[in-house]
Amino acid sequence: MSLNLKLEFSGGAELLVNKVKNHDITLPISSKLWTLRGLLDWIKDNLLAERPELFIQGGSVRPGILVLVNDADWELLGELEYELQDNDHIVFISTLHGG
Amino acid sequence: MENQELKAALKAKDAEIEELKRQLRGKNPLPAIRKSTEDELPSVNSEPTLDNEEIARYSRQLILPELGISGQVKLKNSRVLIIGCGGLGCPAAIYLAAAGIGCIGLVDFDEVELSNLHRQIELRLHGYCIKACVSNLFIRLNSRASCIPYHLALTSENAYQLIEKYDIVLDATDNVATRYLLNDACILTGKPLVSGSALRFEGQLTVYNHNGGPCYRCLYPKPPPPETVTNCSDGGVVGVVPGIIGGLQALEAIKLACGLPPSFSQSLLLFDAFSTFRTIKLRPKQRNCVICGESPSITKLIDYEQFCGAKATDKDAGLNVLGSKERISVQEYAEILQKKSDHMLIDVRQAVEMDICQLPAPAIIFVVCRRGNDSQLAVQELQKRLNGIQLKDIRGGLHAWAKHIDNNFPVY
Ligand SMILES: [Zn+2]
Repeated sequence: MSLNLKLEFSGGAELLVNKVKNHDITLPISSKLWTLRGLLDWIKDNLLAERPELFIQGGSVRPGILVLVNDADWELLGELEYELQDNDHIVFISTLHGG
Repeated sequence: MENQELKAALKAKDAEIEELKRQLRGKNPLPAIRKSTEDELPSVNSEPTLDNEEIARYSRQLILPELGISGQVKLKNSRVLIIGCGGLGCPAAIYLAAAGIGCIGLVDFDEVELSNLHRQIELRLHGYCIKACVSNLFIRLNSRASCIPYHLALTSENAYQLIEKYDIVLDATDNVATRYLLNDACILTGKPLVSGSALRFEGQLTVYNHNGGPCYRCLYPKPPPPETVTNCSDGGVVGVVPGIIGGLQALEAIKLACGLPPSFSQSLLLFDAFSTFRTIKLRPKQRNCVICGESPSITKLIDYEQFCGAKATDKDAGLNVLGSKERISVQEYAEILQKKSDHMLIDVRQAVEMDICQLPAPAIIFVVCRRGNDSQLAVQELQKRLNGIQLKDIRGGLHAWAKHIDNNFPVY
Protein backbone atom coordinates (compact mmCIF):
# COMPACT_ATOMS: atom_id res chain seq x y z
CA MET A 1 0.00 0.00 0.00
CA SER A 2 1.23 3.41 -0.83
CA LEU A 3 0.08 6.96 -1.46
CA ASN A 4 0.49 8.42 -4.94
CA LEU A 5 0.69 12.19 -5.30
CA LYS A 6 1.15 14.63 -8.12
CA LEU A 7 3.29 17.55 -7.01
CA GLU A 8 3.62 20.69 -9.06
CA PHE A 9 5.84 23.72 -8.52
CA SER A 10 5.28 26.99 -10.37
CA GLY A 11 5.82 30.75 -10.37
CA GLY A 12 9.55 30.13 -9.85
CA ALA A 13 9.18 27.57 -7.01
CA GLU A 14 10.28 24.95 -9.54
CA LEU A 15 13.74 26.51 -9.52
CA LEU A 16 14.18 25.07 -6.02
CA VAL A 17 13.42 21.51 -7.14
CA ASN A 18 15.81 21.02 -10.01
CA LYS A 19 13.79 23.26 -12.36
CA VAL A 20 11.26 20.47 -12.79
CA LYS A 21 7.63 21.55 -12.50
CA ASN A 22 5.90 18.18 -12.18
CA HIS A 23 6.87 15.41 -9.80
CA ASP A 24 4.93 12.18 -9.46
CA ILE A 25 5.77 10.72 -6.09
CA THR A 26 4.85 7.71 -4.03
CA LEU A 27 4.87 7.83 -0.25
CA PRO A 28 4.99 4.66 1.82
CA ILE A 29 1.91 4.18 3.98
CA SER A 30 3.06 4.32 7.56
CA SER A 31 1.11 3.80 10.75
CA LYS A 32 0.63 7.55 10.87
CA LEU A 33 -1.48 9.29 8.21
CA TRP A 34 0.31 11.61 5.81
CA THR A 35 -0.53 15.27 6.30
CA LEU A 36 0.69 18.28 4.33
CA ARG A 37 3.05 18.91 7.25
CA GLY A 38 4.59 15.49 6.71
CA LEU A 39 4.75 16.10 2.97
CA LEU A 40 6.71 19.33 3.51
CA ASP A 41 9.27 17.37 5.57
CA TRP A 42 9.44 14.76 2.85
CA ILE A 43 9.98 17.44 0.18
CA LYS A 44 12.71 18.99 2.30
CA ASP A 45 14.50 15.64 2.57
CA ASN A 46 13.90 14.37 -0.95
CA LEU A 47 13.36 17.17 -3.45
CA LEU A 48 14.94 20.41 -2.29
CA ALA A 49 18.34 20.54 -3.92
CA GLU A 50 19.78 23.42 -1.91
CA ARG A 51 18.79 26.34 0.33
CA PRO A 52 15.62 24.73 1.77
CA GLU A 53 14.91 28.02 3.60
CA LEU A 54 13.80 29.51 0.28
CA PHE A 55 10.89 27.06 0.42
CA ILE A 56 10.28 26.10 4.03
CA GLN A 57 10.44 28.47 6.99
CA GLY A 58 9.19 27.93 10.53
CA GLY A 59 7.67 24.54 9.75
CA SER A 60 5.50 25.79 6.89
CA VAL A 61 6.01 27.12 3.38
CA ARG A 62 7.75 30.49 3.36
CA PRO A 63 5.68 33.68 2.99
CA GLY A 64 4.77 34.28 -0.64
CA ILE A 65 4.13 30.64 -1.57
CA LEU A 66 0.52 29.56 -2.01
CA VAL A 67 -0.37 25.88 -1.56
CA LEU A 68 -3.21 24.32 -3.50
CA VAL A 69 -4.83 20.95 -2.98
CA ASN A 70 -6.73 19.79 -6.05
CA ASP A 71 -7.04 23.37 -7.31
CA ALA A 72 -8.25 24.81 -4.00
CA ASP A 73 -6.43 27.10 -1.58
CA TRP A 74 -5.11 24.90 1.27
CA GLU A 75 -6.55 27.36 3.78
CA LEU A 76 -9.98 25.93 2.88
CA LEU A 77 -8.76 22.42 3.85
CA GLY A 78 -6.90 22.86 7.11
CA GLU A 79 -3.47 23.86 5.81
CA LEU A 80 -0.70 21.78 7.41
CA GLU A 81 -3.15 19.36 9.05
CA TYR A 82 -4.84 18.33 5.80
CA GLU A 83 -4.72 14.55 5.40
CA LEU A 84 -3.43 13.59 1.99
CA GLN A 85 -5.56 11.30 -0.14
CA ASP A 86 -4.40 8.95 -2.87
CA ASN A 87 -3.98 10.82 -6.20
CA ASP A 88 -4.12 14.29 -4.65
CA HIS A 89 -2.68 17.06 -6.81
CA ILE A 90 -0.63 19.44 -4.67
CA VAL A 91 0.61 22.70 -6.20
CA PHE A 92 3.13 25.13 -4.74
CA ILE A 93 2.98 28.53 -6.40
CA SER A 94 5.41 31.32 -5.78
CA THR A 95 3.53 34.62 -6.09
CA LEU A 96 4.70 36.79 -8.93
CA HIS A 97 5.36 40.48 -8.37
CA GLY A 98 6.60 41.64 -11.74
CA GLY A 99 4.77 43.64 -14.29
CA MET B 1 45.09 61.22 -37.83
CA GLU B 2 41.98 59.85 -39.53
CA ASN B 3 41.02 58.20 -36.27
CA GLN B 4 41.25 61.54 -34.47
CA GLU B 5 38.98 63.19 -37.03
CA LEU B 6 36.42 60.44 -36.65
CA LYS B 7 36.50 60.83 -32.89
CA ALA B 8 35.95 64.57 -33.17
CA ALA B 9 33.05 64.02 -35.56
CA LEU B 10 31.53 61.51 -33.17
CA LYS B 11 31.80 63.95 -30.30
CA ALA B 12 30.08 66.65 -32.33
CA LYS B 13 27.24 64.28 -33.22
CA ASP B 14 26.83 63.28 -29.58
CA ALA B 15 26.50 66.92 -28.64
CA GLU B 16 23.95 67.39 -31.39
CA ILE B 17 21.89 64.46 -30.13
CA GLU B 18 21.95 65.88 -26.60
CA GLU B 19 20.78 69.24 -27.91
CA LEU B 20 17.95 67.65 -29.91
CA LYS B 21 16.91 65.64 -26.86
CA ARG B 22 16.86 68.83 -24.83
CA GLN B 23 14.68 70.55 -27.41
CA LEU B 24 12.34 67.58 -27.52
CA ARG B 25 11.97 67.68 -23.78
CA GLY B 26 11.07 71.34 -24.09
CA LYS B 27 8.27 70.46 -26.47
CA ASN B 28 6.95 67.60 -24.35
CA PRO B 29 7.90 68.55 -20.84
CA LEU B 30 7.56 65.78 -18.30
CA PRO B 31 4.58 66.42 -16.12
CA ALA B 32 5.69 67.80 -12.82
CA ILE B 33 5.19 65.69 -9.74
CA ARG B 34 1.79 66.70 -8.53
CA LYS B 35 1.61 68.04 -5.04
CA SER B 36 -2.11 67.70 -4.79
CA THR B 37 -4.48 65.48 -6.67
CA GLU B 38 -7.36 67.73 -5.74
CA ASP B 39 -7.62 69.52 -9.08
CA GLU B 40 -6.97 66.41 -11.12
CA LEU B 41 -10.38 64.85 -10.87
CA PRO B 42 -11.81 64.53 -14.32
CA SER B 43 -15.20 65.84 -15.13
CA VAL B 44 -17.20 62.69 -15.54
CA ASN B 45 -20.58 64.35 -15.58
CA SER B 46 -22.78 61.33 -15.03
CA GLU B 47 -24.57 61.75 -18.31
CA PRO B 48 -27.49 59.37 -18.56
CA THR B 49 -27.28 58.83 -22.32
CA LEU B 50 -24.94 58.42 -25.27
CA ASP B 51 -24.76 60.70 -28.27
CA ASN B 52 -24.86 59.42 -31.85
CA GLU B 53 -21.11 59.38 -32.26
CA GLU B 54 -20.74 57.26 -29.14
CA ILE B 55 -23.48 54.90 -30.30
CA ALA B 56 -21.63 54.42 -33.58
CA ARG B 57 -18.26 54.02 -31.87
CA TYR B 58 -19.41 51.39 -29.38
CA SER B 59 -22.04 49.70 -31.54
CA ARG B 60 -20.52 46.23 -31.31
CA GLN B 61 -20.44 46.41 -27.54
CA LEU B 62 -23.89 47.98 -27.35
CA ILE B 63 -25.62 45.10 -29.09
CA LEU B 64 -24.43 42.70 -26.41
CA PRO B 65 -27.41 42.31 -24.08
CA GLU B 66 -25.08 42.02 -21.07
CA LEU B 67 -23.80 45.53 -21.75
CA GLY B 68 -26.38 47.48 -23.76
CA ILE B 69 -26.87 51.22 -23.49
CA SER B 70 -27.02 51.15 -19.70
CA GLY B 71 -23.73 49.26 -19.46
CA GLN B 72 -22.03 51.63 -21.88
CA VAL B 73 -23.28 54.63 -19.92
CA LYS B 74 -21.83 53.06 -16.76
CA LEU B 75 -18.47 52.65 -18.50
CA LYS B 76 -18.60 56.27 -19.62
CA ASN B 77 -19.21 57.41 -16.08
CA SER B 78 -16.46 55.22 -14.56
CA ARG B 79 -13.00 56.17 -13.42
CA VAL B 80 -10.26 53.56 -13.45
CA LEU B 81 -6.81 54.11 -11.95
CA ILE B 82 -3.90 52.08 -13.31
CA ILE B 83 -0.81 51.88 -11.13
CA GLY B 84 2.22 51.01 -13.24
CA CYS B 85 2.51 51.69 -16.97
CA GLY B 86 4.65 48.72 -17.87
CA GLY B 87 3.85 45.44 -19.53
CA LEU B 88 0.54 45.08 -17.68
CA GLY B 89 -0.62 48.68 -17.46
CA CYS B 90 -0.14 49.66 -21.10
CA PRO B 91 -2.29 46.99 -22.72
CA ALA B 92 -4.89 47.43 -19.97
CA ALA B 93 -5.03 51.19 -20.68
CA ILE B 94 -5.50 50.62 -24.39
CA TYR B 95 -8.49 48.31 -23.93
CA LEU B 96 -10.07 50.43 -21.22
CA ALA B 97 -9.85 53.51 -23.42
CA ALA B 98 -11.20 51.64 -26.41
CA ALA B 99 -14.09 50.25 -24.37
CA GLY B 100 -15.21 53.73 -23.43
CA ILE B 101 -14.16 54.10 -19.78
CA GLY B 102 -14.75 57.78 -19.14
CA CYS B 103 -11.60 58.53 -17.23
CA ILE B 104 -8.36 56.62 -16.88
CA GLY B 105 -5.63 57.65 -14.47
CA LEU B 106 -2.12 56.36 -15.15
CA VAL B 107 0.50 56.34 -12.42
CA ASP B 108 4.15 55.62 -13.09
CA PHE B 109 7.40 57.01 -11.81
CA ASP B 110 9.72 55.17 -14.16
CA GLU B 111 11.15 56.79 -17.19
CA VAL B 112 10.57 54.37 -20.01
CA GLU B 113 13.54 52.10 -20.41
CA LEU B 114 14.65 50.64 -23.68
CA SER B 115 14.72 47.17 -22.16
CA ASN B 116 11.08 47.56 -21.22
CA LEU B 117 9.79 48.48 -24.63
CA HIS B 118 8.94 44.98 -25.74
CA ARG B 119 6.25 45.04 -23.08
CA GLN B 120 5.24 48.65 -23.21
CA ILE B 121 3.90 48.40 -26.70
CA GLU B 122 2.07 51.66 -26.64
CA LEU B 123 4.97 53.67 -25.35
CA ARG B 124 7.23 52.43 -28.11
CA LEU B 125 4.98 54.07 -30.63
CA HIS B 126 4.97 57.44 -29.05
CA GLY B 127 8.28 58.36 -27.58
CA TYR B 128 9.61 58.35 -24.12
CA CYS B 129 7.44 60.13 -21.64
CA ILE B 130 4.16 58.85 -20.35
CA LYS B 131 2.29 62.07 -20.76
CA ALA B 132 3.21 62.69 -24.37
CA CYS B 133 2.70 59.18 -25.60
CA VAL B 134 -0.35 58.19 -23.65
CA SER B 135 -2.11 61.44 -24.40
CA ASN B 136 -1.36 61.01 -28.10
CA LEU B 137 -2.59 57.46 -27.99
CA PHE B 138 -5.80 58.39 -26.29
CA ILE B 139 -6.58 61.14 -28.71
CA ARG B 140 -6.13 58.69 -31.55
CA LEU B 141 -7.91 55.82 -29.83
CA ASN B 142 -10.75 57.57 -28.13
CA SER B 143 -11.01 61.31 -27.91
CA ARG B 144 -13.95 60.94 -25.56
CA ALA B 145 -11.93 59.20 -22.85
CA SER B 146 -9.97 61.49 -20.61
CA CYS B 147 -6.58 60.31 -19.52
CA ILE B 148 -4.75 61.71 -16.53
CA PRO B 149 -1.08 60.80 -16.30
CA TYR B 150 0.53 61.06 -12.87
CA HIS B 151 4.26 61.04 -13.16
CA LEU B 152 4.86 60.11 -9.55
CA ALA B 153 5.68 57.23 -7.26
CA LEU B 154 2.71 55.96 -5.28
CA THR B 155 3.52 56.50 -1.61
CA SER B 156 1.81 56.19 1.77
CA GLU B 157 1.37 59.98 1.63
CA ASN B 158 -0.41 60.28 -1.73
CA ALA B 159 -2.09 56.90 -2.27
CA TYR B 160 -5.28 57.42 -0.26
CA GLN B 161 -6.04 60.81 -1.74
CA LEU B 162 -5.45 59.58 -5.27
CA ILE B 163 -7.32 56.27 -5.09
CA GLU B 164 -10.30 57.81 -3.34
CA LYS B 165 -11.15 59.67 -6.55
CA TYR B 166 -11.44 56.55 -8.68
CA ASP B 167 -13.93 53.68 -8.79
CA ILE B 168 -11.69 50.75 -9.71
CA VAL B 169 -7.95 50.25 -9.31
CA LEU B 170 -5.61 48.11 -11.42
CA ASP B 171 -2.45 46.83 -9.79
CA ALA B 172 0.05 46.69 -12.62
CA THR B 173 3.10 47.39 -10.48
CA ASP B 174 6.41 45.63 -10.42
CA ASN B 175 7.32 45.31 -6.75
CA VAL B 176 6.09 43.86 -3.47
CA ALA B 177 6.09 47.03 -1.35
CA THR B 178 3.80 48.88 -3.78
CA ARG B 179 1.49 45.86 -3.95
CA TYR B 180 0.95 45.93 -0.16
CA LEU B 181 0.53 49.71 -0.23
CA LEU B 182 -2.02 49.50 -3.01
CA ASN B 183 -3.92 46.72 -1.24
CA ASP B 184 -4.18 48.65 2.01
CA ALA B 185 -5.16 51.88 0.25
CA CYS B 186 -7.92 50.05 -1.66
CA ILE B 187 -9.26 48.48 1.55
CA LEU B 188 -9.24 51.83 3.36
CA THR B 189 -11.01 53.57 0.46
CA GLY B 190 -13.28 50.61 -0.30
CA LYS B 191 -12.25 50.13 -3.93
CA PRO B 192 -11.97 46.84 -5.81
CA LEU B 193 -8.40 46.02 -6.83
CA VAL B 194 -7.74 44.10 -10.04
CA SER B 195 -4.29 42.65 -9.52
CA GLY B 196 -2.06 41.27 -12.26
CA SER B 197 1.53 40.06 -12.30
CA ALA B 198 3.90 38.34 -14.69
CA LEU B 199 7.35 36.80 -14.75
CA ARG B 200 9.17 34.64 -17.27
CA PHE B 201 6.45 32.59 -19.01
CA GLU B 202 3.85 32.86 -16.25
CA GLY B 203 1.14 35.28 -15.23
CA GLN B 204 -1.31 35.59 -12.34
CA LEU B 205 -4.56 37.54 -12.00
CA THR B 206 -7.10 38.07 -9.23
CA VAL B 207 -9.62 40.65 -7.98
CA TYR B 208 -9.17 41.72 -4.35
CA ASN B 209 -11.62 43.40 -2.01
CA HIS B 210 -14.82 42.54 -3.84
CA ASN B 211 -17.98 40.91 -2.54
CA GLY B 212 -16.58 39.00 0.45
CA GLY B 213 -13.44 37.95 -1.37
CA PRO B 214 -10.01 38.19 0.19
CA CYS B 215 -7.47 40.98 0.02
CA TYR B 216 -3.76 40.63 -0.75
CA ARG B 217 -3.00 40.42 2.98
CA CYS B 218 -5.63 37.71 3.54
CA LEU B 219 -3.59 35.55 1.16
CA TYR B 220 -0.15 36.82 2.10
CA PRO B 221 -0.17 38.10 5.69
CA LYS B 222 3.63 38.23 5.69
CA PRO B 223 5.73 39.69 2.89
CA PRO B 224 8.08 37.28 1.12
CA PRO B 225 11.73 37.34 2.20
CA PRO B 226 13.38 39.89 -0.16
CA GLU B 227 15.90 37.31 -1.42
CA THR B 228 13.06 35.17 -2.78
CA VAL B 229 11.61 37.96 -4.94
CA THR B 230 12.60 37.98 -8.59
CA ASN B 231 11.87 41.00 -10.77
CA CYS B 232 11.39 41.02 -14.52
CA SER B 233 14.79 42.54 -15.21
CA ASP B 234 16.57 39.68 -13.41
CA GLY B 235 14.14 36.87 -14.14
CA GLY B 236 13.13 37.89 -17.64
CA VAL B 237 9.64 38.00 -19.10
CA VAL B 238 8.07 37.25 -22.47
CA GLY B 239 6.26 40.46 -23.41
CA VAL B 240 3.05 38.83 -24.53
CA VAL B 241 2.50 37.23 -21.09
CA PRO B 242 1.92 40.54 -19.25
CA GLY B 243 0.03 41.58 -22.42
CA ILE B 244 -2.44 38.75 -21.87
CA ILE B 245 -2.75 39.39 -18.14
CA GLY B 246 -3.08 43.17 -18.64
CA GLY B 247 -5.84 42.57 -21.20
CA LEU B 248 -7.67 40.37 -18.70
CA GLN B 249 -7.26 43.03 -16.02
CA ALA B 250 -9.01 45.47 -18.35
CA LEU B 251 -11.79 42.95 -18.92
CA GLU B 252 -12.34 42.42 -15.20
CA ALA B 253 -12.40 46.20 -14.69
CA ILE B 254 -14.95 46.60 -17.49
CA LYS B 255 -17.22 44.00 -15.88
CA LEU B 256 -16.87 45.64 -12.48
CA ALA B 257 -17.66 49.05 -14.00
CA CYS B 258 -20.84 47.67 -15.61
CA GLY B 259 -21.94 45.94 -12.45
CA LEU B 260 -21.33 42.50 -13.98
CA PRO B 261 -19.71 39.83 -11.79
CA PRO B 262 -15.94 39.55 -12.22
CA SER B 263 -14.57 36.07 -12.91
CA PHE B 264 -11.65 36.21 -10.52
CA SER B 265 -12.94 37.45 -7.19
CA GLN B 266 -11.92 34.90 -4.52
CA SER B 267 -10.34 33.06 -7.37
CA LEU B 268 -6.87 33.17 -8.89
CA LEU B 269 -6.06 32.75 -12.55
CA LEU B 270 -2.74 31.11 -13.30
CA PHE B 271 -1.39 31.31 -16.81
CA ASP B 272 1.59 29.27 -17.91
CA ALA B 273 2.66 29.86 -21.50
CA PHE B 274 3.94 26.27 -21.65
CA SER B 275 0.76 24.67 -20.41
CA THR B 276 -2.54 26.47 -20.00
CA PHE B 277 -4.87 28.65 -17.97
CA ARG B 278 -5.97 27.33 -14.61
CA THR B 279 -8.35 28.78 -12.03
CA ILE B 280 -7.85 28.26 -8.32
CA LYS B 281 -10.53 28.68 -5.66
CA LEU B 282 -9.19 31.00 -2.97
CA ARG B 283 -10.02 31.48 0.71
CA PRO B 284 -12.66 34.12 1.54
CA LYS B 285 -11.92 37.37 3.35
CA GLN B 286 -10.09 36.42 6.58
CA ARG B 287 -11.64 37.44 9.88
CA ASN B 288 -8.23 38.00 11.43
CA CYS B 289 -6.82 39.97 8.50
CA VAL B 290 -4.98 43.00 9.87
CA ILE B 291 -6.49 45.35 7.27
CA CYS B 292 -9.83 43.93 6.06
CA GLY B 293 -10.69 41.67 9.01
CA GLU B 294 -13.13 42.17 11.88
CA SER B 295 -10.83 44.23 14.07
CA PRO B 296 -8.14 45.61 11.82
CA SER B 297 -4.94 46.75 13.47
CA ILE B 298 -3.92 48.77 10.43
CA THR B 299 -6.16 51.79 10.10
CA LYS B 300 -3.90 54.04 8.08
CA LEU B 301 -1.15 53.54 5.53
CA ILE B 302 2.21 52.45 6.96
CA ASP B 303 5.81 52.38 5.76
CA TYR B 304 5.73 49.60 3.16
CA GLU B 305 9.40 49.55 2.28
CA GLN B 306 10.13 48.89 5.93
CA PHE B 307 7.35 46.29 6.18
CA CYS B 308 8.68 44.39 3.16
CA GLY B 309 12.36 45.02 3.82
CA ALA B 310 12.64 46.00 0.17
CA LYS B 311 12.46 49.16 -1.90
CA ALA B 312 9.31 50.06 -3.83
CA THR B 313 10.96 49.57 -7.18
CA ASP B 314 11.94 46.69 -9.39
CA LYS B 315 15.42 48.09 -9.76
CA ASP B 316 18.39 46.15 -8.51
CA ALA B 317 18.96 47.09 -4.89
CA GLY B 318 22.71 46.45 -5.26
CA LEU B 319 23.91 43.71 -2.94
CA ASN B 320 26.79 44.60 -0.65
CA VAL B 321 27.81 41.64 1.45
CA LEU B 322 31.59 41.56 0.88
CA GLY B 323 34.32 43.70 2.40
CA SER B 324 36.11 46.25 0.21
CA LYS B 325 39.22 44.03 0.13
CA GLU B 326 37.17 41.24 -1.37
CA ARG B 327 36.03 43.26 -4.37
CA ILE B 328 37.79 45.09 -7.20
CA SER B 329 36.73 47.69 -9.75
CA VAL B 330 36.49 47.04 -13.48
CA GLN B 331 39.49 49.36 -13.94
CA GLU B 332 41.54 47.18 -11.64
CA TYR B 333 40.38 44.10 -13.49
CA ALA B 334 41.22 45.65 -16.87
CA GLU B 335 44.72 46.29 -15.57
CA ILE B 336 45.08 42.68 -14.43
CA LEU B 337 44.02 41.57 -17.90
CA GLN B 338 46.44 43.92 -19.59
CA LYS B 339 49.36 42.82 -17.45
CA LYS B 340 48.41 39.22 -18.11
CA SER B 341 48.71 38.63 -14.39
CA ASP B 342 47.97 35.15 -13.14
CA HIS B 343 44.31 34.72 -12.42
CA MET B 344 41.19 32.86 -13.34
CA LEU B 345 37.88 34.54 -14.14
CA ILE B 346 34.70 32.76 -13.15
CA ASP B 347 31.61 34.14 -14.84
CA VAL B 348 28.65 32.94 -12.79
CA ARG B 349 25.86 33.90 -15.18
CA GLN B 350 23.54 31.46 -16.91
CA ALA B 351 24.63 29.90 -20.20
CA VAL B 352 21.97 31.91 -22.06
CA GLU B 353 23.57 35.12 -20.82
CA MET B 354 27.05 33.97 -21.83
CA ASP B 355 25.73 33.83 -25.38
CA ILE B 356 24.88 37.53 -25.23
CA CYS B 357 28.34 38.81 -24.28
CA GLN B 358 31.49 37.86 -22.40
CA LEU B 359 34.57 39.53 -21.02
CA PRO B 360 37.74 38.70 -22.90
CA ALA B 361 39.13 35.32 -21.90
CA PRO B 362 41.48 36.15 -19.06
CA ALA B 363 44.50 34.01 -19.70
CA ILE B 364 45.62 30.59 -20.58
CA ILE B 365 44.67 27.62 -18.50
CA PHE B 366 47.46 25.06 -18.28
CA VAL B 367 46.59 21.48 -17.59
CA VAL B 368 48.97 19.06 -15.96
CA CYS B 369 48.97 15.41 -14.88
CA ARG B 370 51.58 12.82 -13.96
CA ARG B 371 52.97 11.99 -17.40
CA GLY B 372 51.18 14.29 -19.86
CA ASN B 373 48.61 11.82 -21.20
CA ASP B 374 45.46 12.43 -19.16
CA SER B 375 46.16 16.15 -19.34
CA GLN B 376 45.91 16.07 -23.14
CA LEU B 377 42.54 14.33 -22.90
CA ALA B 378 41.51 16.88 -20.27
CA VAL B 379 42.38 19.74 -22.64
CA GLN B 380 40.24 18.17 -25.35
CA GLU B 381 37.35 17.76 -22.93
CA LEU B 382 37.68 21.30 -21.54
CA GLN B 383 37.85 22.79 -25.03
CA LYS B 384 34.35 21.48 -25.61
CA ARG B 385 33.02 23.12 -22.46
CA LEU B 386 35.05 26.31 -21.98
CA ASN B 387 34.25 28.19 -25.12
CA GLY B 388 36.88 30.75 -26.10
CA ILE B 389 39.37 30.00 -23.35
CA GLN B 390 42.91 29.12 -24.35
CA LEU B 391 44.01 25.75 -22.96
CA LYS B 392 47.43 24.16 -23.07
CA ASP B 393 48.82 20.83 -21.98
CA ILE B 394 52.21 20.71 -20.23
CA ARG B 395 54.16 18.15 -22.19
CA GLY B 396 55.45 15.27 -20.10
CA GLY B 397 53.59 16.34 -16.95
CA LEU B 398 55.10 16.16 -13.47
CA HIS B 399 57.64 13.57 -14.54
CA ALA B 400 59.12 16.03 -17.03
CA TRP B 401 59.08 18.75 -14.35
CA ALA B 402 61.09 16.52 -12.00
CA LYS B 403 63.58 15.59 -14.73
CA HIS B 404 64.24 19.01 -16.29
CA ILE B 405 63.32 21.65 -13.74
CA ASP B 406 63.35 20.40 -10.15
CA ASN B 407 65.33 17.25 -9.39
CA ASN B 408 63.99 17.16 -5.84
CA PHE B 409 60.42 16.88 -7.02
CA PRO B 410 58.91 13.50 -6.02
CA VAL B 411 58.46 11.03 -8.86
CA TYR B 412 55.87 8.24 -8.51
ZN1 LIG C 1 -7.59 40.98 4.07
